[in-house]
Amino acid sequence: MITLPCPWCGPRNVTEFAYGGEAGTRPDPATADPTTWRRYLYTQANPAGPVTETWLHRAGCRRFLIVDRDTTTNEILAVRRPADPPEVQR
Amino acid sequence: MTSTRRATGRPAARYSAASLVGRGITGRAWPRAWAVRELRSSYDVVIVGGGVHGLATAHYLATNHGITNVAVLEKGYIGGGGSGRNTAILRSNYLTPEGIAFYDRSLALYRDLAADLNFNVMFSQRGHLTLAHNDASLRTMRWRTEVNKLVGVDSEVIGPADVAALVPRMDVSDQARYPILGALWHPPGGIIRHDAVVWGYARAASARGVAIHQNTQVTGIDVVGGRVTGVQTNRGHVAAPVVVNCTAGWSTLISDMAGVEMPVHTFPLQAAVTEPVQPFLTPVVVSGTLHVYVSQTDRGELVFGASVDPFASYSTRGSLEFIEGLAGHVLHLMPSLHSLRVLRQWAGLCDMTPDYSPIMGPTPVGGFYLDVGWGTYGFKAGPVSGEQMAACIATGTPPDLIAPFALSRFADGRLVGEKGAAAVGH
Repeated sequence: MITLPCPWCGPRNVTEFAYGGEAGTRPDPATADPTTWRRYLYTQANPAGPVTETWLHRAGCRRFLIVDRDTTTNEILAVRRPADPPEVQR
Repeated sequence: MTSTRRATGRPAARYSAASLVGRGITGRAWPRAWAVRELRSSYDVVIVGGGVHGLATAHYLATNHGITNVAVLEKGYIGGGGSGRNTAILRSNYLTPEGIAFYDRSLALYRDLAADLNFNVMFSQRGHLTLAHNDASLRTMRWRTEVNKLVGVDSEVIGPADVAALVPRMDVSDQARYPILGALWHPPGGIIRHDAVVWGYARAASARGVAIHQNTQVTGIDVVGGRVTGVQTNRGHVAAPVVVNCTAGWSTLISDMAGVEMPVHTFPLQAAVTEPVQPFLTPVVVSGTLHVYVSQTDRGELVFGASVDPFASYSTRGSLEFIEGLAGHVLHLMPSLHSLRVLRQWAGLCDMTPDYSPIMGPTPVGGFYLDVGWGTYGFKAGPVSGEQMAACIATGTPPDLIAPFALSRFADGRLVGEKGAAAVGH
């Protein structure tokens, strides 16, 4: 069991959260071409090491959070609110 | 006993009842099953990954196409990855015509594998039973059955009374927490000894001249002018005009070395085994709703598997919530197992693709081939993948059986959606 420190609720079991995958910016529908959409949908980094992800505190405050996690150890490196600038750590 | 085991470079002895009796009486040592050869500086084909897929590809390159200057590079020991961590279940009752034809060919090869490899792989065709606990599951099963029959695969939907006859300890009453409405019955399915499959392919490939290098990790892939020229390893550089990515769990990292982007996410899948008990469970039993599949091995242990972990990771540590959830689900199905103890649990890495089908064939980089994206269904596809990848490499063109699984399908929008038959059930 790993725990995730929710920026609003504090440390909770990971079973309370829904995994949202690697964090990314949705392409602008007005300008994005099929290649951009394809890359956004299918081709992500899938790194063995640190990765920035979106999670949802589904069984808690039901808010989104941004998590930096090491995929080889499941160690949580940093957590922040989506509106926070990337350098903020909570 | 004074005899010692000797490593020889000679081809492996032919295994038979007579040779077993003979060596039992004389006490002569068995020769090594496969040869340890020097790592050369160049090969015609380098295969990355010494699991069932890599070794089968090497075997069929040598036997079907006469290409024997082949090296299999394995960073650990052969069969130490997904090939040794799966739950050894074989079946071909998939959902799409492409998937069914492909896995059915694999089952046909598995059926004759012991004779082909002269190695006892202990294939036991005991039947495969997928339970339906709700109308949606039953609808998907009817769909699967009809597509299966059309392609010529033996499948049928049966009722709770038939399930009770096949699995006497199953709770088929309507008082169960998850009542059983029906099941998909697939008689050709079964279980096999997965280590033996790996060892059998290694022995047969080695006898034909294939070099198997354990503890040899690929650290880089050389690409010059859009073509592959060789690989970097922890034991030095190896030149090769053809490099095949046959890894599971690490397929993104290997493809990244060649600059090929992969639509893959890596998730751990956990499994567990109990203490051995007397035989009572004949078929493989799967419940998609309860995220569980169970079979009893020839030694009497119950082998349990589940769905993949809820988030992507390269960690293969087991977790307490997995084993708690699994135990609860199994007891819903078979309450009489309550006193059985779990001996151990483990995890393997699954490369999940968006459509739950593999990625096979050439890439935009010349000479760099993929046999990856095997999610939770890689072991059962080992022989056919080896056979078809060997043909693909020898001819330069993907055979019809694997053409639908090309990497380009994600760009072309031609996905092969197998989620209805591959997401949990095995």
